Amino acid sequence: MTAPFDLSDDSVVVVIGTGAGGGVLANELAQKGVSVVALEAGGRHLPEDFINDEWDSFGQLAWTDPRTTSGDWRVARDFSGLPAWIVKSVGGTTQHWAGASLRFQEHEWKAATTYGNVEGATLLDWPIDAAEMDPWYTLAEDKLGVTRTGDRPGLPGNNNYLVFEKGAKALGYRDVHTGRMAINSDDKRDRLMCQQTGFCFQGCKWGAKWSAGYVDVPAGEATGNLEVRPHSHVARILHNEAGKVTGVEYFDADGNLQMQKARIVCVAGNSFESPRLLLNSASSMFPNGLANSSDQVGRNYMRHMTGSVYAVFDKPVKMWRGTTMAGIITDEARHDPSRGFVGGYEMETLSLGLPFMAAFLDPGAWGREFTTALDAYENMAGMWLVGEDMPQATNRVTLNTDVEDQHGLPVANVHFDDHPNDIAMRNHAYQQGVAVYDAVGATRTFPTPPYPSTHNLGTNRMSENPEDGVVNKWGQTHDVENLFVSDGSQFTTGAAENPTLTIVALAIRQADHIAREMGAGNI
Amino acid sequence: MPEKVRPKGLTRRQLLSRSTAAGGSFVVGAGFLAAPNGAWAMETAALKPETMAALVQMARDIYPHDQVGDEYYVIAVKGYDTADAAEGIEAGIAKLNAAAQAAGHDSYLSMGWERDRVDILRAMEDDPFFQQIRGGLVTGLYNQKAVWPIFGYEGASFEQGGYIDRGFNDINWL
Repeated sequence: MTAPFDLSDDSVVVVIGTGAGGGVLANELAQKGVSVVALEAGGRHLPEDFINDEWDSFGQLAWTDPRTTSGDWRVARDFSGLPAWIVKSVGGTTQHWAGASLRFQEHEWKAATTYGNVEGATLLDWPIDAAEMDPWYTLAEDKLGVTRTGDRPGLPGNNNYLVFEKGAKALGYRDVHTGRMAINSDDKRDRLMCQQTGFCFQGCKWGAKWSAGYVDVPAGEATGNLEVRPHSHVARILHNEAGKVTGVEYFDADGNLQMQKARIVCVAGNSFESPRLLLNSASSMFPNGLANSSDQVGRNYMRHMTGSVYAVFDKPVKMWRGTTMAGIITDEARHDPSRGFVGGYEMETLSLGLPFMAAFLDPGAWGREFTTALDAYENMAGMWLVGEDMPQATNRVTLNTDVEDQHGLPVANVHFDDHPNDIAMRNHAYQQGVAVYDAVGATRTFPTPPYPSTHNLGTNRMSENPEDGVVNKWGQTHDVENLFVSDGSQFTTGAAENPTLTIVALAIRQADHIAREMGAGNI
Repeated sequence: MPEKVRPKGLTRRQLLSRSTAAGGSFVVGAGFLAAPNGAWAMETAALKPETMAALVQMARDIYPHDQVGDEYYVIAVKGYDTADAAEGIEAGIAKLNAAAQAAGHDSYLSMGWERDRVDILRAMEDDPFFQQIRGGLVTGLYNQKAVWPIFGYEGASFEQGGYIDRGFNDINWL
């Protein structure tokens, strides 16, 4: 049913990227009868293709095109060419995500107002709020099949969760459960039920976890209104003398440069590739890059305050068995400056297999202090810490003109320095995470440094005033009326929650807006 | 032991009869390296056998797991036994031996205590050679499926239907 559109068809909406933002937007537009060409740099990988093996799966799915890093974050030292663990595939990082699907808290839409002046931070209120987003969140939860929303029961707790829950309750935490997960907990839905396989990060071979790659993309294609072109890497967005975008140039699967005309272009390549593309699309009319009159493109890069705590016990846990992230403590997600920082954080169960534990527990470490930890791998439990980090103007994605990718395009350099608030929050989170496990009798704990980022946010941020950001409340760029940003790069601030549900809700809302405006002849 | 490190046509008796004395827990012969009890052996192609022996010891000293046999460390580093890599490895091990000699030992392999060998490694941990060997071991050692059961790790589970009926919540000591 795939609709083949002509390269010269200038009535189509071109969507760049098919992840949580682009994949959902493309499907939602197609459902409304809009003609869509989605250009995806990666290939198609369906559940039967996924691999229950960490490194083999990483080789299959991860975005490993060159990038460079700078700044004081440890990732720049330990994984200098790999600032992020994100995916190059139809479905983008929704192939890899763990499935945690949380709404922002009401105050997190208004971070500047709530937190006040935080030195060195470029906080801003979102131009939208919780009431505005409520119906879109509900649509997103229904689309993803989020547990503990609607009539969907929670997942059962695995070994890693049971340790986590016991520690949380012993410590007095009240809000601990198996999470709001986009993973089917019963067999009454379109997708299969979770089989507690583990390997959520490697792509769910049962299809129990929602992914845009095998849910939204095929649904959109079935309408006859969506054509997805895999292995298509967009090099540049083109515009006319009136300052409207007219199409995109992209390298096809054979490495040949093609030009697809467009009525509207929506950029959803993630918080590195989206600003990189806008910057690489500079012209004489837009010398600083497309949609960048504010000089905000690439700035305010956020990656969440993250870290992990692993703990060893005197008896086996086998944390790798079952759903990777079905466990959460939300008590620390509140804004409570008495803890020494603004914003809050979530604590979520997490496990890594032995190969990734060796790579990520303490990168670069060696000797018995390190290896005795791995010796106890079977007795280990683990959690991930994820909280709101502060936007900073100098944390940014820029073009590194000294390094080119396989297409000869300048790569993204990702600069990040922790803000003092991020450090204070991380230290508090480490202390609380260790306390959870100590309460269950841990014999040894490991406050583990952040991994390469999976939550990449904010580099084309949404703002009320054009001088403060790149896009307006609809994700439409302030400078170019038929150019939209549709991924996590439009986040004004990061909130404490895993971002995918919010990216999906914004994409559903944006599709509704674009279709309405197209119908009215406004764009 | 893994089949691939055992050279074909070499019996344990031949192997041990051809071996010469060497420091550490290896026997080193003309073009080969073996366990003292003959449990495993490998032929070297480009590296001197004593260099390979020191490299295997170095690998264990970097990531020591007493329950993991030498054969897995051999597999983890045998990729360096090529014409392209040999020069750098020989030079790196020569540095290790020089440092051992400066500390009053015959060679790196002759140092009886792990802590003495680790002192040598700590002093050169920023050296590109050390980082090359350590970095390679992260996957070379821990991504061997044969070592996973030693740590209790069960690997892929999809083929067995996941853990829904196989103990995803079987913890019994809480």
